[in-house]
Amino acid sequence: MTRMDFLLIAPELWVVTMTCVILFVDLFLKEERRAIVYLLAMVTLVFAAIITLRFDYGGDPTASAFAFNGSFVRDQMGDMLKLFSYFVLAMVFIYAKFFLRQSRMFRADFYTLSLEALLGIMLLISANNLVMVYLGLELLALASYTLVAYDRDSAKGSEAAMKYFVLGSMASGILLYGMSMIYGATGTLDLVAISEAVRVSGSDDIMLVFGLVFLVVGLAFKFGAVPFHMWVPDVYEGAPVSTTLFISSVPKMAAFAMAFRLLQTGLGDLQSDWMQMLSLLAVLSIVFGNLAAIAQTNIKRMLAYSTIGHMGFVLMGLLPGTAESYGAGMFYVIVYALMSAAAFGMVIMLSARGVEAENLDDFKGLNRRNSWYAAIMAMVMFSMAGVPVFVGFFAKWLVIQAALNAGLVWLAIIAVVFSVIGAFYYIRVVKLMYFDEPITEAPIDAPVDFRAAISLNGVIMLGLGIFSGSLIQICMSSFGA
Amino acid sequence: MLTLAHFLTLGALLFCLSAAGIFLNRKNVIILLMCIELMLLAVNMNFVAFSRFLGNLDGQVFVFFILTVAAAEAAIGLAILVVVFRNRQTINVAELDDLKG
Repeated sequence: MTRMDFLLIAPELWVVTMTCVILFVDLFLKEERRAIVYLLAMVTLVFAAIITLRFDYGGDPTASAFAFNGSFVRDQMGDMLKLFSYFVLAMVFIYAKFFLRQSRMFRADFYTLSLEALLGIMLLISANNLVMVYLGLELLALASYTLVAYDRDSAKGSEAAMKYFVLGSMASGILLYGMSMIYGATGTLDLVAISEAVRVSGSDDIMLVFGLVFLVVGLAFKFGAVPFHMWVPDVYEGAPVSTTLFISSVPKMAAFAMAFRLLQTGLGDLQSDWMQMLSLLAVLSIVFGNLAAIAQTNIKRMLAYSTIGHMGFVLMGLLPGTAESYGAGMFYVIVYALMSAAAFGMVIMLSARGVEAENLDDFKGLNRRNSWYAAIMAMVMFSMAGVPVFVGFFAKWLVIQAALNAGLVWLAIIAVVFSVIGAFYYIRVVKLMYFDEPITEAPIDAPVDFRAAISLNGVIMLGLGIFSGSLIQICMSSFGA
Repeated sequence: MLTLAHFLTLGALLFCLSAAGIFLNRKNVIILLMCIELMLLAVNMNFVAFSRFLGNLDGQVFVFFILTVAAAEAAIGLAILVVVFRNRQTINVAELDDLKG
């Protein structure tokens, strides 16, 4: 362990220290001064971003630096994903504060658990060793299970937590089983050493392919890809909306990084094997996610199925295994996290006095109640549907283009057809907001920080769409494309 | 003489047993938790066997981490179980069906 090692994991150290500090400070806070916890959590994120940005690679975007005998890696992809994790989590904190206050659940636990989950996300993004992947994943998962059960008195919430726990733990078990097979075939846990061993042994090793199958199944569970998606709608619906907001946005970026590290860094030479499995998962997710979303009347469930569809696109970005496609997948997952945060932010905004605005009908006539927030929701929905000019369009376009360049024409056609079908249920929300009579005339009010954050988040949908070039450039250059 | 294949078969059997337990069990959530623990132990069996036969200690170190995480996982699982029981007065898997669609 050298000084360099600690320099590399400085953001993680900062987050874990601050989480402990917040836990401790909260002991001495009175109920009415709870806002200090929120402020400390925001300070944690801001300084984590500064610390992450301070590390210098010397101008090479594909350079990577290893710490702790290669078990931890810092590179531009990881840093970008971490920075966006802080940003989206800050949004989540702002939105969640409003909801938690209203429903009398404004306790420090939400912030400490989210920060612990963030630590898991950061470790997962930077993991370069099977042990680190597992530990990061579990840290994220255990904090998420608890967050789903955050509303202790909710029967739905506890049921969702139980389902999430059982299926999530099983997914971890399956992933671990795959890891044990890969360890057996290669004799090492280090991802770089695994890739060297795989290069020597080739893809004929039956144990290796066996391990890969389990690994992909475990990953699919974590992504929520069909046919391993059963937990997604139930958890999204059952969890308090502040938690749904969190688990639908930030952890997706970690899932992308985990898939990249395991499949590309570790098992890049088995690309032809995992490509087939991922393309099956991607097609099923895109088809099923978009079809099932149409039938939903609960907006949380609808967005859950839409997540499944979007994760199909992220998998589609991973599977061609070219630098261009990874860049596209990374861009997609970042954009998705921003869109999802904004969509659930709007759900929170319409939730009056702790009663969640769960139904699509709650969006009826939003334009008449407040045209600016209706416009934000419309931008988010257009972006999710992939309407040109909005950022979601460029994300879909890049992924489809990468698939086409890799010769996967059939996959690209399916993706295009089903994103058109998927546009139906997004645009239905827009129709409800603009052309239907409101079911309540209650004015929408929210604190000023909430209004600023949701406005920023909505404007990003359009602004990032028009000026998407630089972010795309960064994503592409992280993989050397 | 016990070979690697024997240990791997045992690991696979335990793994299948636990997976079957998760899918077939319709009665009690505690059995689900036991099955999850069994699944992790099956993986541990694999790791230890590989570690022994490869002459490489990494696998055994991994097992320590898995055991520790499994303990934390069991704690959280039981905590959620208590919450479920308090809210619904039952831990019957078949009755956990409020969320559907």
